[in-house]
Amino acid sequence: MNVDPSNALMRDAEAASAEGIPPKMVARSVNVHYGATHALKDVSLDIQGYEVTALIGPSGCGKSTVLRCFNRMNEMFENTQTSGQVTIDGMDIYARDIDVVALRARVGMVFQRPNPFPKSIFDNIAYGPRIHGLAETKEDLEQIVEASLQRAGLWDEVKDRLKQSGTALSDGQQQRLCIARAIAVQPEVILMDEPCSALDPIATGKIEELIEELRTGFTIVIVTHSMQQAARVSQRTAFISRGELGEYGPTVEMFTKPRHERTKDYIMGRYG
Amino acid sequence: MLPKHNLKAYDAELTELRALISQMGGMAQSLLEDAVAALLSRDSARAQSLISDDEAIDALEIEVERLAVQTIALRAPMADDLREIICALKISSILERIGDYAKNIAKRTTALSDDDISDHISILPEMARLASGMIQATLDAFVERDAEKAADVRDRDIRIDTIYNTLFRDMLSHMTENPDAITPSTHVLFIAKNIERIGDHATNAAEMVYYSATGNILETDRRKNDSTSYTTRDEIDQN
Repeated sequence: MNVDPSNALMRDAEAASAEGIPPKMVARSVNVHYGATHALKDVSLDIQGYEVTALIGPSGCGKSTVLRCFNRMNEMFENTQTSGQVTIDGMDIYARDIDVVALRARVGMVFQRPNPFPKSIFDNIAYGPRIHGLAETKEDLEQIVEASLQRAGLWDEVKDRLKQSGTALSDGQQQRLCIARAIAVQPEVILMDEPCSALDPIATGKIEELIEELRTGFTIVIVTHSMQQAARVSQRTAFISRGELGEYGPTVEMFTKPRHERTKDYIMGRYG
Repeated sequence: MLPKHNLKAYDAELTELRALISQMGGMAQSLLEDAVAALLSRDSARAQSLISDDEAIDALEIEVERLAVQTIALRAPMADDLREIICALKISSILERIGDYAKNIAKRTTALSDDDISDHISILPEMARLASGMIQATLDAFVERDAEKAADVRDRDIRIDTIYNTLFRDMLSHMTENPDAITPSTHVLFIAKNIERIGDHATNAAEMVYYSATGNILETDRRKNDSTSYTTRDEIDQN
């Protein structure tokens, strides 16, 4: 696939890269069609490792579609066509010989509504490591479950009731359970699709604090409706508008000195 | 021109903030010009009434702070809006300080009322007019979000500095020759210094407006012409 380096958006996509450090994931000229709908138009975006990248934009702008390109989740929908290139550590994730299940272990996902399996808390976490063969013994598995729950800040709240159903937890706890489940298979990248939109401010605060801690070990891409949340948790922000990358840069600059009028109008809450 | 906010009340608050800053600026300008006029006409009664005018500027500063903090808390302003509100906060404290300098000029009217130093203070209205013009241009730039106009204000400060230098040397010579005139001359020096400082404050406000309009910091190596800090007695004697 040919990519025109003089393309202004391409420069924007790369401008945000940390100097000298190759990006963890790269999207180049990605187009997505849902049937007749052209949902993403030529989107190019570099995702830097061990950082939180926020995707913001109005409803229906395509930000969740961008997110799902990074672990081929768009293929779950019928009549979806994706073109362009997406890589992780330089490897094309849309190549023919890619094992999608293994890819989604490397690039995990957390959804808008907490969606624990109707199983025990322990089994929710143990499910992934079991199917990916990450634990040889029962002790190994118990260790993974504890470490994952610890990392998600949930261990102290659930350690005495690991056999209870995951669905019996509060919404905020369920979302942290889902994050623990995602990190149990030791992913490199975690995609989060509006992970706090169903949570109250206290549960949201806990998730945001967790995101900040998680970025020491993982690369995180988060879609959020809340600009304040993007400002609080991310180092880089991409503004998606009408299926295109509108602007991409360091979060501080995006919220104090955006370069493009459309970004400005959106983040300032003005009619564009 | 930026489009309107989705929330009308937000636009109304920003409009009110701008109006308060304009009002403060207008009052600071009047106070400065009236204080110098009272001084020249030795009108102590008028000077006295100006001292209380400064309180009205102080009250407006508090109102600007209240509204700015409220808007930051309730609207979570971003980008241009954020920069403008921070700018309004800083400008209001600058205008309050300008009011203090003008009030200080008014206070010295009584101290100078019996002395004949008319020859030396005749340049003060021109200095005040220049400083007042800088305040006016800064506020126009703020309301119009005009970066170029804000940048131009800085270059005007050099004219005030030049007058101040000349007056400073003039007063030192005058004091050397007339030891009896040291008291009124010192007052005149303070008055001139106050106006010179007002020019500096207007310059700072203009730099803030430039940042508000563009998001960029104006380079700091502006031309200055106040050399009085380095003036020695020998130098005065030689002249």
